[in-house]
Amino acid sequence: MIPEIGHFALILALAVSIVLGVVPMLGAWRAVPEWIALAVPATRAMFLFVLLAYVCLTYAFVAKDFSVAYVAQNANAELPLFYRISAVWGAHEGSILLWALILAIWSVAVSLASRTLPDVFRARVLAVMGLVSCGFLLFMLMTSNPFERLLPAPANGQDLNPLLQDPGMVIHPPMLYIGYVGMAVPFAFAVAALMGGRLDAAWTRWTRPWTTVAWVFLTAGIALGSWWAYNELGWGGWWFWDPVENASFMPWLVATALMHSLAVSEQRGAFKAWTVLLAIFGFSLSLLGTFLVRSGVLVSVHAFATDPERGIFILAFLAVVIGGALALYAWRANAISGGGSFRLMSRETLLLINNVLLVVACATVLLGTMYPLIIDALGLGKISVGPPYFDAVFAPLMLPLVFVLGIGPLTRWKGDTALRVVRRLRMAFVASLVIAIAIVLITAGSSPLLLAALTMAIWAMATTTVGFLARVRSKADFRQGLRALPRSFVGMSLAHIGVGIFIIGVAFTTSFSTDRDVRLAPGDSEVLAGYRFQFEGVSEVPGSNYLAQRAAVRVFKGDKQVAALFPEKRLYPIQSQPMTEAAIDAGFTRDLYVALGEPLADGSWTVRLYYKPLIRWIWLGPLIMAIGGLLAASDRRYRSAGKARRTVGETPADTVLSAEPSRG
Amino acid sequence: MRPRRQRMIFVAVVLIGVAVATALALTAIGENMLYFYSPSQIVAGEAPRGHDVRIGGLVVDGSVARQANGLDVVFELTDTAAAVPVTYTGILPDLFREGQGIVALGKIGNDGVFQAREVLAKHDENYMPPEVAEALKLAAEGGSMPNPHEKPAGSKP
Repeated sequence: MIPEIGHFALILALAVSIVLGVVPMLGAWRAVPEWIALAVPATRAMFLFVLLAYVCLTYAFVAKDFSVAYVAQNANAELPLFYRISAVWGAHEGSILLWALILAIWSVAVSLASRTLPDVFRARVLAVMGLVSCGFLLFMLMTSNPFERLLPAPANGQDLNPLLQDPGMVIHPPMLYIGYVGMAVPFAFAVAALMGGRLDAAWTRWTRPWTTVAWVFLTAGIALGSWWAYNELGWGGWWFWDPVENASFMPWLVATALMHSLAVSEQRGAFKAWTVLLAIFGFSLSLLGTFLVRSGVLVSVHAFATDPERGIFILAFLAVVIGGALALYAWRANAISGGGSFRLMSRETLLLINNVLLVVACATVLLGTMYPLIIDALGLGKISVGPPYFDAVFAPLMLPLVFVLGIGPLTRWKGDTALRVVRRLRMAFVASLVIAIAIVLITAGSSPLLLAALTMAIWAMATTTVGFLARVRSKADFRQGLRALPRSFVGMSLAHIGVGIFIIGVAFTTSFSTDRDVRLAPGDSEVLAGYRFQFEGVSEVPGSNYLAQRAAVRVFKGDKQVAALFPEKRLYPIQSQPMTEAAIDAGFTRDLYVALGEPLADGSWTVRLYYKPLIRWIWLGPLIMAIGGLLAASDRRYRSAGKARRTVGETPADTVLSAEPSRG
Repeated sequence: MRPRRQRMIFVAVVLIGVAVATALALTAIGENMLYFYSPSQIVAGEAPRGHDVRIGGLVVDGSVARQANGLDVVFELTDTAAAVPVTYTGILPDLFREGQGIVALGKIGNDGVFQAREVLAKHDENYMPPEVAEALKLAAEGGSMPNPHEKPAGSKP
């Protein structure tokens, strides 16, 4: 009964989304206030129905209703409650439902936080989001209904994929989806603005916090995914350039570019057409990501369940969304007038370089991801593009980006003199270079890339500090100056520091990690990077829904024991699937990582040992970036954006722009 | 700067950036492309020696043999028409087992033995890498995979 209610709720949600996508849009076109007013209640109704469907599916998991095919495939009577709840998004159907729910949540959030927007504009934004929801609900009902019954019902389910039975996997997909789907908000704002033919400063000010929040979740989601892969896949790696990782990384790159170009559009009125285009591309890449992950065209650790029919649906949907938005753009872009002028040496130019680098980086990732698919589709053979390609392309693009990152915030809008900027930053540059050389000498590293990466990482942090102190010192009193700083500035500074920390982590982990596969009998020990790993033997330990072989490994530095690690080899009998559960001694300066291989005839085991310096910094950096993003999104001027609208909304767009005071 | 000149510079910067990146990316992709071969193709000598390639197939039942040190493994991969011996040093993935479809990355030695550097088995018991599935299908039909090297002379692998 409950699953049928869920199914019915989905159908109702689809009906409401069609109304939401059509009626307010026509109302905005024909200026019918009643139709426009329908947008908000329809958004809420759609949200409630999708939520109801989601609750029904969760209930089916909690109640172990194995007559629902999706539950039977992804849960088991022995699966702990915690994982039964997260199993809702453990496979295709449920994750699309989660996707639809998150889209509905974003829509409701927009409807709640947009009271100050002009009614027509708000109606258009919500209608665009309604149309996107409509596409996803239709997709779910036509190709991937999570409520499909399995009759007769099996006595027990097939269990959740053991890889997904991990706390990291519980929060990673929702985080990532919130970010992915959040890109629908700037997209909807851009499309609505194109329809209205008005892209003024108010528009960018409304779009900015939404973009930033979506970016925050995307950042956190990708970092969590990387952390999960490191913990769970037992290969000790943190990024594999796997197509599905790329699928989430591409929207991130575009979202980052969009955040920066929005800054120019808001402060200076320039790059507006470009900003709109980025908003369209950001969401298109989110959809492309869904297509890549769900269509089965990719070979990937994520390709758990695949179905070509679904791929075709998403591809068609993708074509409609991108094609429609770009057609609208082509038709309307002329209405977007250029903004304030600027000189070559100005913050605008530096942000332009930032955007070009980020978009080009995104294009290279796209090329590496799609190239094998295209070659295959043309019948030219099966190829794959591995991590060396991405490594080779990425460093030359990212290091200049970080260099520009250091200069941009300290350069004035509109125009500056190179001499002034050089004078402000030369100390920071010398200091970065000296510290980086010192680190390379101390650690006996040898690659020029390591030196370049370290210099740029320290440069990012040093220049940010210079800018920060300059801002604080502009007030007479230090504490007063600190308090007077706008949150958006503090947020930006934090995020840029996070970039530096991330790069240091990557540089160290890449250059100085060591690993070894060894054969160890109980009592044997092996020395790696100055640590002695002593293998104490393996015992059998039963788990809730698995059986584990657990090894005890004691790690010594000198004579002192620094860690006791218990890596496991688990067997999940329901899926008859073995799983390596690595044991990690995490630390600020280094991780020690032990993974069990296989038992050998004489009672010894193959064991893989890793030493990973500063690997935690790889996740610490994005965490700081995300916190910075949250701070920036909560800046006071977005909260008072409503007041600004009252004065701004009625004036024609271009006069508003030239009247915009330039901000720091 | 006037809007027109500004747009010109904008376009110029974008074009230069894109041109540099395209050159970079195409060079990198050319150098780092990995071709896939089926065991039949390797036995027929279609795959280049000494270059990194990927090979996929089923692990032959009863072929997996561990050397005395416990880390060196030898096994055979087949597409049902032909089999290739593979050596690997280190720990194999969880789902590596006899009869399972796997993909290996490595070089073909002069003795015809495939020296694998990486072995991938997917995280689903019933999952078959699409390349392997296609190679098996073609072998069953007596056909063969398209050879990526049947291209105009001079193009590098």
